[in-house]
Amino acid sequence: MKALLNRYISLIAFLVVLIAWEGACRLLEIPQYVLPAPSVIAAAIGDVGLGRWLEHTLATLSVALVGFAVAIGLALPLAIGIVSSPLLARLLMPWLVVIQSTPIVAIAPIIVVTLGAGVLPRVVITTLIAFFPIVVSTATGLASVPPELVELSRSLRASRRREYWQIRMPFAIPYIFSALKVAITLAIVGAVVAEFVAAERGLGYLILFTTSSFKVPVAFGALAILVSCSLVLYGLIVWLHRRLFPWSLGLDR
Amino acid sequence: MNPVIELAGVTQTFVSSDGTPVTALQNVDLGLRKHEFVSVIGPSGCGKSTILRLIAGLLRPSGGQVSIYGLPVTEPRDEIGMVFQKPTLLPWLSVLDNITFPMKHKYGRVDARDAERARELLEMIGLADFGHKRPHELSGGMQQRVAIARSLLHDPDILLMDEPFSALDALTRDEMSFELLRIWNERPKTVVFVTHSIQEALLLSDRIVVMSARPGRVSEIIEVPLARPRTLETLSNPLFNQLANDIRVKVFSRRPE
Repeated sequence: MKALLNRYISLIAFLVVLIAWEGACRLLEIPQYVLPAPSVIAAAIGDVGLGRWLEHTLATLSVALVGFAVAIGLALPLAIGIVSSPLLARLLMPWLVVIQSTPIVAIAPIIVVTLGAGVLPRVVITTLIAFFPIVVSTATGLASVPPELVELSRSLRASRRREYWQIRMPFAIPYIFSALKVAITLAIVGAVVAEFVAAERGLGYLILFTTSSFKVPVAFGALAILVSCSLVLYGLIVWLHRRLFPWSLGLDR
Repeated sequence: MNPVIELAGVTQTFVSSDGTPVTALQNVDLGLRKHEFVSVIGPSGCGKSTILRLIAGLLRPSGGQVSIYGLPVTEPRDEIGMVFQKPTLLPWLSVLDNITFPMKHKYGRVDARDAERARELLEMIGLADFGHKRPHELSGGMQQRVAIARSLLHDPDILLMDEPFSALDALTRDEMSFELLRIWNERPKTVVFVTHSIQEALLLSDRIVVMSARPGRVSEIIEVPLARPRTLETLSNPLFNQLANDIRVKVFSRRPE
């Protein structure tokens, strides 16, 4: 019994919150446009229909995933550059910090004006939000290699390429994956922010559109789907890490 | 006979993190004969490890010259194997792949001869059944033995060891010392062995270089008159304890303050 409680405690808590929410909405007769009950949200999700949900979800997911992929593609070489060359580090770090300190939400409208209303500005916004933690974490991982291994590499006169590929990158794996977990949720945030500014499809767009006409239950439905997507992607990264690099799970850091 | 390794008037200065220059080594002269086992002992900060890195070609001396076989050392050379304080094995590779890693890292591939040699070495260090284990499945002593096997893969003439047993417990240390002597007997090499332990230095070495700190200098070179092969009995020999005391006095009397 206790073991069961231990195992399912978070699920039980979730159900309790749902029931309390439902009960409160009914007892206090809260209007739908203020806070819809879970049952109302479920009904609204049903009313919208699978086809439209798929369309909006795919629109948001594709932007989030492309932005995430571009962020990885930019961040890994940048991290290698920063670790391998102090000059490059001094050159790049201020720019990275400036980008990170800029509220991307605030410059999103500017990016849309500059780049037009297509998919491109949305991917750019997503990438800008997601790439910074990957750069920082990967650079930390690359630099955390025991100095003896770097000396071993030097004493063998191995190429820098092999030093990075065979020693530093594997050592950075745990760091990279903890950054990817943060970055994937940020990528969803980025995609939604971009849709708030300019889009005609997507879950973020749907939330904006439905709340403006007081269809709050649909907005909550979109939110639920967004959270689910985020959780699934997060879980996927945890799974990939376990599957591809099991040796890196128990490493003391 | 010409020395295999020679340090002539070697001085090494570093710039410390607060910008002041620090003299790690001052005017060090040292020559090692072929297949000689020499320990370097001294207090922390006497530049013991710096000597190893100079011989390995990982550092260039600020003054003087380091030569191997009469040629000045300008970059790392193939005839050197290194063992560090920590095993520093790669956690994602099996024990066998760790031993062949230097070849993979240097040439990009491991040929059948290297793989065969790795298996021989594994047998020599008594871990024949552990080839496919991961490093974290091995004890600290076993891991350090694998690190030694890794350094021996390309059959180097010179072995540089930087306090290789200092992270191990006392019992394992003694065991490893005898293990190293056995390996050295089987495949004679010129060994430079940095250590904090006087007993270890005595048990292993032909000569002991005693260093003083700040700046690091050779204060004395002691010939070890103990007969070889050295065994457990060597440790209980009264001469062994006598020598250990003598050296302890020398090390302590040269400590600053």
